[in-house]
Amino acid sequence: MEEIYSGLLRALDLIAARDPQVVEITLRAIFISLSSAFLAGIICIPLGGIIEFRQFWGKRALINLIQTFYSLPTVTVGLLVFLLISHSGPLGGLNLLFSPTGMIFGQAILVSPIMIGLTITALAGVSTPIRDTAKSLGATEMQIIITVIKEARVAVMAAVLLGFGRALSEVGVAMMIGGNIRGYTRVLTTAIALETSMGNLELSMALGIILIFISLAINLLLNRFQGRKEWRS
Amino acid sequence: MARNFLMMALVLMTLSVLCSAAGAVDGERLKVATTTSLQDTGLLDLIKDKFDEKYNVSLDVVSGGTGIAIQYGERGDVDVLMVHDKERELKFIKDGQGLERRCIAYNYFLLIGPKDDPAGIKGMNASSAMASIMAKGNILWLDADPSKVMFVSRGDNSGTHAREKLLWKKAGYNYDAVKSSGPWYIEAGQGMGATLNMANEKQAYTISDMSTFMAYQGNLTLVPIIEGGSDLLNVYVAMAVNPKKHPNVNCELANEFINYLVSDEGQDLIAGYGTEKFGTPLFSAARGNCELIGCSAAECAVPTSASCATA
Repeated sequence: MEEIYSGLLRALDLIAARDPQVVEITLRAIFISLSSAFLAGIICIPLGGIIEFRQFWGKRALINLIQTFYSLPTVTVGLLVFLLISHSGPLGGLNLLFSPTGMIFGQAILVSPIMIGLTITALAGVSTPIRDTAKSLGATEMQIIITVIKEARVAVMAAVLLGFGRALSEVGVAMMIGGNIRGYTRVLTTAIALETSMGNLELSMALGIILIFISLAINLLLNRFQGRKEWRS
Repeated sequence: MARNFLMMALVLMTLSVLCSAAGAVDGERLKVATTTSLQDTGLLDLIKDKFDEKYNVSLDVVSGGTGIAIQYGERGDVDVLMVHDKERELKFIKDGQGLERRCIAYNYFLLIGPKDDPAGIKGMNASSAMASIMAKGNILWLDADPSKVMFVSRGDNSGTHAREKLLWKKAGYNYDAVKSSGPWYIEAGQGMGATLNMANEKQAYTISDMSTFMAYQGNLTLVPIIEGGSDLLNVYVAMAVNPKKHPNVNCELANEFINYLVSDEGQDLIAGYGTEKFGTPLFSAARGNCELIGCSAAECAVPTSASCATA
């Protein structure tokens, strides 16, 4: 118990003092995870739209598969991406391993299933009259998808923020692809793993508490978006 | 809100472009895969700071066990390895994966156990101590038995794990038989720090490199039972990845780094490290002790004669 308490005090200390190393690690973690959520978003939201609107053989099975991948272990994704971008792998020439770009790439893959899946769910929730109206007004398929995504933007935004949360809190991809290089690829979760293995339990606890604060901020943001919709309707 | 989202997207995109551009101009990077003991003790952080400043480059240190470090080397993912398992190092060089083996530092492994030494191994040499632990541990005991003897193994293919296997072999045991012989033998499958903590919880014996043990000593009730002796010698080695196998590696800078490590400046850094915090240095310099630690003259040569030519 004492460690948790002193960890909390230490966290507040570090935040209050704006410890440069902690600030740097925190900003890098936010930047990398935000980029990966964004990258995944621009691919997965349209993809989710297409899956939702087209009728094709095996659609149900595909959606089931995507939902299964929600719980894909992060180390498995890490290993997969490692084998892809390692110098002996098919994308080795891109020199992505042990770099922030590689981490963004890996985390984007990690959060893709959640984003596609939640986009599908979000769009399915938009009432069919809206689709039908758009269609009857002569909209093309892409225009219908855009209309419906706009209609479901709050839920879609929630999908992106959830993806961001998963990317920020995962350690498998960050460790295997980033390599936890100080001043380059070290993020909150890998720093926690390292400090723990070095026996600096208090500092680990403090970094963990910062991570919880960020999650809290995401949640508040999410609630605000959802709140706004309620006021409007 | 859609506009906000778009704005955010634009800002992010600009940021990522800026960042990747900044990465490209920001000097050379040298990738080093290291065993955890050099990193977790903070030694490599110190070396990185000095080396980065002197050569205006960025040392990217990736830490893991010797097993994964050698994997990285064989895949051409790093430029330099810093490891401690002679057998696998020699194989790495023999396979043409590494340029040469250079000895940089050494210390000793410790056989650590409960203060009252239930297996009675004090004063033995390392391999007969292992045999004793197995003899006393591998019997039927009840869980609450106060005299029980246990051993916690790294079990993670690291350099320390390799040394443990070597000691079992020297004691005349087949490692596969040892590891499946009973509940007295625990495979942690984790790093040194976590393994030490586990051994402490179980009041078991374990093998640790001296530096990690010193860094953890404050949290442990276990004590070193057997120290020193050639069986427990722990030699740290740096190897540049061979550009003939992996043309992408930065061999020139790798040699520069290894030459820095074996230079007087580098060796002074290594030999002095830890005195301030622990009262005694964590590592000894390889300089001048080449024969003692079983390295050839070429493995201690300053500077290297190895060539980076790929032809």
